Amino acid sequence: MSTDTISPEQGNRRFLAKLEERGVDVHACYQCGRCSSGCPVTEFFDVTTMEVVRLAAYGMEEMLLCTKAIWLCAACETCATRCPNDIDSAVLMDVLRELALRKGVEPAEPRVSAFHRSFLGSIEHWGRAYEVGLIVGYKMRSRDFTGDMNLGVKMFSKGKLSLMPHSISGKAEVRAIFSGKGKEYER
Amino acid sequence: MKLSYYPGCSLQGTARDYDQSVRGVCGMLGIELVEIPDWNCCGASSAHMTSHEVGIRLPLRNLLIAADLGLDILVPCAACFQRLKAAEKALQADPEHWDIDGDRPSVRIIHISELLSSPGIDKTIRQQVQQGLGGLKIGCYYGCLSLRNPKITDVVNYEQPDKLERIVSAIGARPIRWSHRTECCSGSLTMARPDIARKLVADIVEAAVRGGADALVTDCPMCQANVEGRQLDLSGGPKVPVFFITELISAALTGDYPARQKKLHLVEAGVLSTAMLEQQRSREETV
Repeated sequence: MSTDTISPEQGNRRFLAKLEERGVDVHACYQCGRCSSGCPVTEFFDVTTMEVVRLAAYGMEEMLLCTKAIWLCAACETCATRCPNDIDSAVLMDVLRELALRKGVEPAEPRVSAFHRSFLGSIEHWGRAYEVGLIVGYKMRSRDFTGDMNLGVKMFSKGKLSLMPHSISGKAEVRAIFSGKGKEYER
Repeated sequence: MKLSYYPGCSLQGTARDYDQSVRGVCGMLGIELVEIPDWNCCGASSAHMTSHEVGIRLPLRNLLIAADLGLDILVPCAACFQRLKAAEKALQADPEHWDIDGDRPSVRIIHISELLSSPGIDKTIRQQVQQGLGGLKIGCYYGCLSLRNPKITDVVNYEQPDKLERIVSAIGARPIRWSHRTECCSGSLTMARPDIARKLVADIVEAAVRGGADALVTDCPMCQANVEGRQLDLSGGPKVPVFFITELISAALTGDYPARQKKLHLVEAGVLSTAMLEQQRSREETV
């Protein structure tokens, strides 16, 4: 992390307005640290959740979009649930991830991003998640060909992985949802 | 009682046996399930983590189909439950944003443990037990998404939930007190960062063993697959099987835990049959 002085004066007002729209009041944080002390993955983060909230209050969007933390957040919602000031830090993480993707910022945890793309790709295609398809998609995207071979074989031998996808009739509706229409994109 | 039913993708894949036990148990309790026609994936964590619009619109489509049926929705998967609730909240807050006119019939979204621990059903379960679970010591494992964020789930006791404990007691097992009931197992990261999942699962299993658990029980298919699956990577230390809540109820209500069901577990799951057998023997001795 750079040691340059960070000040709210440099803050990105547009970013702060977006957080306000999503009901995330980062200015209410008094840095008690409950979010980070309850976070199950904080030891793997490069900046803690509490730091993410403060950096957001300073409008430091660019810096945040490059962090590992936004990708390693497991979306367990412990931080937001326990915040005494009702700051929805889990939604804050969602907003940051979405901004990073839309602005084409290289994900600091490419495998996590590859997983999300594979999972969503299978829903977009079939209407339902297709586990075998998403595993293959993930392996191609992440170039992680050998990981979890044993587990996969074991699951398969127990009949837990279905070879055939489950396709729905309303695929066109589902694809429309993914097509980028909708008011959120205009914001 | 008649409910609409949203199984979700896991229950068609890795957790197919969860689907079977949910349908089986509901049948035995006289609860009729009508599967939501042509339901789609709720998007789970990946959708809302990367796109607010997709994260709400996917579960919303299911909610609207269910509203047409006019029946409350039963959801066995914690992640699906939380996403359907999130869509409900978003719709209530701003129907216009989601292109919905305001006069849709409202249906309740019910997670499986809420249904099975409700006073009337709980009583029926107690009455129908054929074979109690012999005081098997169970760690009730809730994980995250059936509880959090309470602003979405409307759960009141989100730090001290007791629904699984009440069900487990009703079927003659003994819920233990332990520390990691509502800790995250990092299911959404397990494929991309198995190292993180291994660490979190190791902590959960260690805490369960410390509390004296013979087994864990859950109502989340991601937790079940992840907490059992990642134990395969752990060297040393005792392992604990993770049962689905309806798997245990089914065993108690039918008095039978089939060998083919036991074989589906990735971690040796003999403790349940053993406890049931011991219970049966001690009952025969007293007769």
